[in-house]
Amino acid sequence: MQLPKRLFAAVFFTVFSLFAELVSRPALAQAPRPWEMDLQPAFSPMKQQIIDLHDLVLVLITVIMLFVGGLLVWVCIRYNEKRNPVPSQTSHHTGLEIAWTVIPVLILVVMAIPSFRLIYYLDRTPEPDMTVKITGHQWYWQYTYPDHGDIDVESRYIHDEDLKPGQLRLLEVDNRMVIPVGKKIRLLSNSADVIHSFFVPALGVQRYAIPGRTIELWMTADKPGVYYGQCNQICGQDHSKMPIAVQAVPETDFKKWVEQQKKAAGNAPANPARMMAAAEPALTTESRR
Amino acid sequence: MAEATHGGSYGHDAHDDHHDHKPGFFLRWLCSTNHKDIGTLYLIFAVIGGTLGGALSMIMRMQLQHPGNHIVTSGQEWNTIITSHGLLMIFFSVMPALIGGFGNWFIPLMIGAPDMAFPRLNNISFWLLPPAFVLICIGLVMGESGSGWTLYPPLSNATYEAGMGMDCTLFALHLAGASSILGAMNFITTIFNMRAPGMTLHKMPLFVWSELVTAFLLVLAVPVLAGAITMLICDRNFGTAFFDPAGGGDPVLFQHLFWFFGHPEVYIMIVPGFGIISHVISTFSKKPIFGYLGMVYAMVAIGVVGFVVWAHHMYISGIDVDTRAYFMGATLVIAVPTGVKIFSWIATMWGGSIRFDTPMLWAIGFLFVFTLGGVTGVVCANAGIDEIIHNTYYIVAHFHYVLSLAAVFSIFCGWYYWIGKMSGRQYPEFWGRVHFWMTFVGVNLLFFPQHFLGLSGMPRRYPDYPDAFAGWNYVSSIGAYISGAAFIVFLYVCFKTFTSKEKVADNYWGEGATTLEWTQTSPPAFHSWLELPKVP
Repeated sequence: MQLPKRLFAAVFFTVFSLFAELVSRPALAQAPRPWEMDLQPAFSPMKQQIIDLHDLVLVLITVIMLFVGGLLVWVCIRYNEKRNPVPSQTSHHTGLEIAWTVIPVLILVVMAIPSFRLIYYLDRTPEPDMTVKITGHQWYWQYTYPDHGDIDVESRYIHDEDLKPGQLRLLEVDNRMVIPVGKKIRLLSNSADVIHSFFVPALGVQRYAIPGRTIELWMTADKPGVYYGQCNQICGQDHSKMPIAVQAVPETDFKKWVEQQKKAAGNAPANPARMMAAAEPALTTESRR
Repeated sequence: MAEATHGGSYGHDAHDDHHDHKPGFFLRWLCSTNHKDIGTLYLIFAVIGGTLGGALSMIMRMQLQHPGNHIVTSGQEWNTIITSHGLLMIFFSVMPALIGGFGNWFIPLMIGAPDMAFPRLNNISFWLLPPAFVLICIGLVMGESGSGWTLYPPLSNATYEAGMGMDCTLFALHLAGASSILGAMNFITTIFNMRAPGMTLHKMPLFVWSELVTAFLLVLAVPVLAGAITMLICDRNFGTAFFDPAGGGDPVLFQHLFWFFGHPEVYIMIVPGFGIISHVISTFSKKPIFGYLGMVYAMVAIGVVGFVVWAHHMYISGIDVDTRAYFMGATLVIAVPTGVKIFSWIATMWGGSIRFDTPMLWAIGFLFVFTLGGVTGVVCANAGIDEIIHNTYYIVAHFHYVLSLAAVFSIFCGWYYWIGKMSGRQYPEFWGRVHFWMTFVGVNLLFFPQHFLGLSGMPRRYPDYPDAFAGWNYVSSIGAYISGAAFIVFLYVCFKTFTSKEKVADNYWGEGATTLEWTQTSPPAFHSWLELPKVP
């Protein structure tokens, strides 16, 4: 049952992609591609499941759209004034009316079963390997690692004039969020001012960062690489200038990075931004479960 | 256009008889209690609102045509433009046209009532809108309403959007909301009490049914918005903390309140269109509507279920997974009555003898774009998929397919269908078709590629974007310019219509047009249905 579905999706996209110039990029950087027409490829089991469900739904809606479009074309050709000068006056057909109520219900059930399964899978992970706290600010992200001595990373976008060759405009940041590859990361999102949204398409995660509440979600990356995303909830004038870059590295490299960060933090105790953050009054925090 | 309507429509009408006395300009247009005149005022107002909202969308598409553009100079200015675009199109274009305009004109004519139940209330309903419009424009010009039309705090509170422009925008919504509530009460009273003898609810034309459902949605939903923005105004100006976590408030509460209004609001915009499309398809297929009762109760079902699905706009606001599961299930259910309507329209055409005049082209166009917007709605309804398409251009494409395309197609459909009845003059068929085809090509080119942008991950409300999104944005902007040019064709159609010398007959669409308004003269006398018709 799975196979024909995937085949259909494959055919559908091959036909569609003929219009598009498919530019391949080294697998290491997962960012949007020029003329892309589908979801960004999956680099986590969560994203893979989202894509699987989307493929199923896309097939269903394409069939429905073609069916309705076909019917429309057919009635316009067959029942135009010239071909059918005398209109029928039929205005009821109980069987038909029951059919077009019941069949859509069945189609929805076919879709709803995997869909319900998916949201419970995406919701949270029972055994996280580590936790990263995400705080949205106007207009940068702050990543805190409570399991690794509270190291603190502030992540800002790179101005156009400072971009180095190969860096992606409005996607690259000065300090990336670094995670170990293959580990289940529990994320706790929060905000220091207005609502932001932490959104990394290739890993299949998105959640608002809302002041005054901590929202739990999780993510994991299958392969080493950099996964780009952007703030996805309007947050003021520089909404488009607070991208997200998640770098997944092997466990050993991650440990090295943690040591480096700790050392850097030790060397620069008078980091003004951190001092200010510490001085801010703590917001009332409500923890959701 | 306004001038032409005033001068042309009623002034020297052959059908006028001597007791059909009309007051002078001031009394007639500023103190009007006549449902047809108020309907005309609403329609003119909708064209003005739509022109300004459309001009803003042209600026937006010019800015987004290439990455790194600087047509809009700052992010704040951009955010103000998108806020005003949304509010103008919803409250000052689509709603005045579909509800105030066509509703006022045709509910009394279709049910055989001499006027609305509360003519003076009708007047104030309209005249609350121009000051609201001015307030919205103040927010736009001051550049201080950069919260998006969803107005989510904390961004919309006094800390982050300090200026008076934001307060003006909120008061504008209060006025527009009061206007809608008063209008809706008037509609409900009129429809329940003033139907011609013999017209039972189950014999009532579908357009009237659609306006009745819409009026109920308005009366139940808009007060919730009024409550939410009152709390927001208090948070901004009087030190309360309804939505401020530092004072024990909750930003997510605002989202719940807003979408409890906001989701019925999208049906408020599309349901009257359902009514218009039903009449046009039936008229031009020369067949009675297929499954009348099914159509009626599908609209009622959409209205009822529309009230219990609001949190599907908030799947990633951190609401509980069980809550998400419920809202997902409830949302998927809406696809069923919507499907019933689509199939019933096609079944109405089946076996008919179809004429393809301009109104019918818009109706068929409506079926296409509404189905497309509907099926992408099913995609968005899946909370798991929404995880990565929430707030992306996929959402923008989806809701523009149902609102900017389907609802607007139904407005133009009604305009071409009824303009002869309203003005006594017929539109130029050739230019009507040009208008349709340019719009159809333009809007599809504009919005279809936005699905790709959204799937690829482009967030909405961005004045600038990563270079990878350049291609489809360029295509989308070209589509926008074609749609903009089509609107200019529409203005030309208006000009040609109102300067035309040709008069139309009472029932210029012939045998297919069976509702009561076609038994009146074109245009109808200043006071119509002085003798009530008898419905068999």
